[in-house]
Amino acid sequence: MDSNTFMFSYIARRVFATIPVMMIVALFVFSLLYIAPGDPAAVIAGDQASPEDVEKIRKSLGLDRPFLVRFSEWFFNLLQGDLGTSMFTGMPVSELIAQRVEPTLSLMVMTLIIAITVAVPIGVIAAWKSGTWIDRGIMAISVAGFSVPVFVVGYLLAYFLALELDWFPVQGYVSFSKGFWPWFETLVLPSIALGFVYIALIARITRATMLEVLSQDYIRTAKAKGMGQMGILFLHALKNAAVPVVTVIGIGIALLIGGAVVTESVFAIPGLGRLTIDAIVRRDYPLIQGLVVVFSFVYVLVNLLVDVIYTVIDPRIRY
Amino acid sequence: MTTYAAAPALPDILPPKRIRTGWVGFLLNNPTIAFGLALLICMLFLAVAAPWLGTVDPTALEPIKRNREPSWENWFGTDAFGRDIYSRVLYGARVSLTVGFSVALLASASGLLIGLVSGTIRRADSIIMRIMDGLMSIPPILLAIALMALTRASVENVIIAITIAEIPRVSRLVRGVVLTLREQPYVDAAISCGCRTPMLIWRHILPNTLAPLTVQATYICASAMITESILSFIGAGVPPIIPSWGNIMADGRTLFQIKPYIIFFPAVFLSLTVLAVNLLGDGFRDVLDPRKSKSA
Repeated sequence: MDSNTFMFSYIARRVFATIPVMMIVALFVFSLLYIAPGDPAAVIAGDQASPEDVEKIRKSLGLDRPFLVRFSEWFFNLLQGDLGTSMFTGMPVSELIAQRVEPTLSLMVMTLIIAITVAVPIGVIAAWKSGTWIDRGIMAISVAGFSVPVFVVGYLLAYFLALELDWFPVQGYVSFSKGFWPWFETLVLPSIALGFVYIALIARITRATMLEVLSQDYIRTAKAKGMGQMGILFLHALKNAAVPVVTVIGIGIALLIGGAVVTESVFAIPGLGRLTIDAIVRRDYPLIQGLVVVFSFVYVLVNLLVDVIYTVIDPRIRY
Repeated sequence: MTTYAAAPALPDILPPKRIRTGWVGFLLNNPTIAFGLALLICMLFLAVAAPWLGTVDPTALEPIKRNREPSWENWFGTDAFGRDIYSRVLYGARVSLTVGFSVALLASASGLLIGLVSGTIRRADSIIMRIMDGLMSIPPILLAIALMALTRASVENVIIAITIAEIPRVSRLVRGVVLTLREQPYVDAAISCGCRTPMLIWRHILPNTLAPLTVQATYICASAMITESILSFIGAGVPPIIPSWGNIMADGRTLFQIKPYIIFFPAVFLSLTVLAVNLLGDGFRDVLDPRKSKSA
């Protein structure tokens, strides 16, 4: 089998493997709505309705049918991109989500870029200078990164860099369509705040795998043939340390999604995170359901992508 | 100690290295654990002794004293309702520590059970692991938020929601350890000697999962405290009436630009407590899991 056919069959198999996972997520999320308190039929019928009216509405909405029937219907709608109707606004959930995607997507992409460009080099340096005060300092910062919650970092940054020094806007979001600079400016602080724990995570795993790689024979060989330090670190070692690092970047997306909910609240960014909080406050179950499904789908998709990237960066990997 | 034949006395160039024993020695040899433990004990003390540390009722409203800056009277100032932030922060330690420890305990116990079942019974394994895969593909905070949306706000429900969100990771860890242990020669030896499955699990498998599980439980404790504060901060956690660090910060959110100290004090306490637990986790990992200590 040549490499292209292999690649295709591998990707196809991985895509198929995510289907059961997504089914379980969907089933779980649907059960969430199913057992949610409150009767949608009674809500729609209003206070004046008689029990017969409520029963009629329940029938017309199909709420009297068995669990599995309702689940399969909901699931087929989901496959067509129909996530139901928001109980609070009466608008389609998919539309509500689509309106809020841009800020969250911008925030996440910016955070990813900042985190990776900061974390990988400092992880490499920590491994290179292993045991010195540079290494200890970087590791201390990384422990702090795990310990200081995202909103604390957010408020500290907003207080010192925005309120005291006035370098950045304190809160808010400016759409990309209004120009690059204003958009960029509003995203810097939230991205650093959100990226803090992510940087700690990536730096730690980079250092750990680099330490392992640097003890290998081929690194000694590279040194012996007179290769420069930077060449060894970034060409030989980092390339071989890439797989665990990329894995952690993928897994860490879960942290970013959770953190985005909070960061958007701290910096008043009207994204999916704010939408999630609004949905919880209003107990808008279809919206909560839709958001959980979308976030989980993105998370699964990113990790699928990571698995595909593996085969590119390390052709030895075969499943 | 064994005795050796007399060797020529060495000149006293190096002073004899004292080998420290006992738990004091253990702490001196593991400064990370010592520091984390000391910090955590401080926090535990503040939480337990909160009523006797010059606090007032943390829920008492005093509208005259609204938004006071930190002073001798109110060490950490007062919030928008005139409540004493020092008292609230100290009582808040109770909520965070309760949630952290309970989640760590409950999640490791349930994860251990699920992991053991999954690791030993092949037929159950594929089903359990598919469910865990599904749960794991929902970001933990989001899962906890969704669960909290279903129930009314209370400390117990926060603990349950965070526990459910943490279980998949623990059971995966335990299952992985069980699968490796099953291939060990001593397990084969035990089986060939007629050891029955329940006994095999209890005597030979379970004890070997405890070291990695302890490390994991410590990290879960830290992340549970952060999750609790996040849930409370966004209004999906502990009821607003209970002073938890997340709630205090949520109250200070609107006044953040003019009264940053309302957020500052609970933030510092939360970060220090989580740091203490994380340091303990790092220390435990170095001691209990020597294989990993160098790498991660």
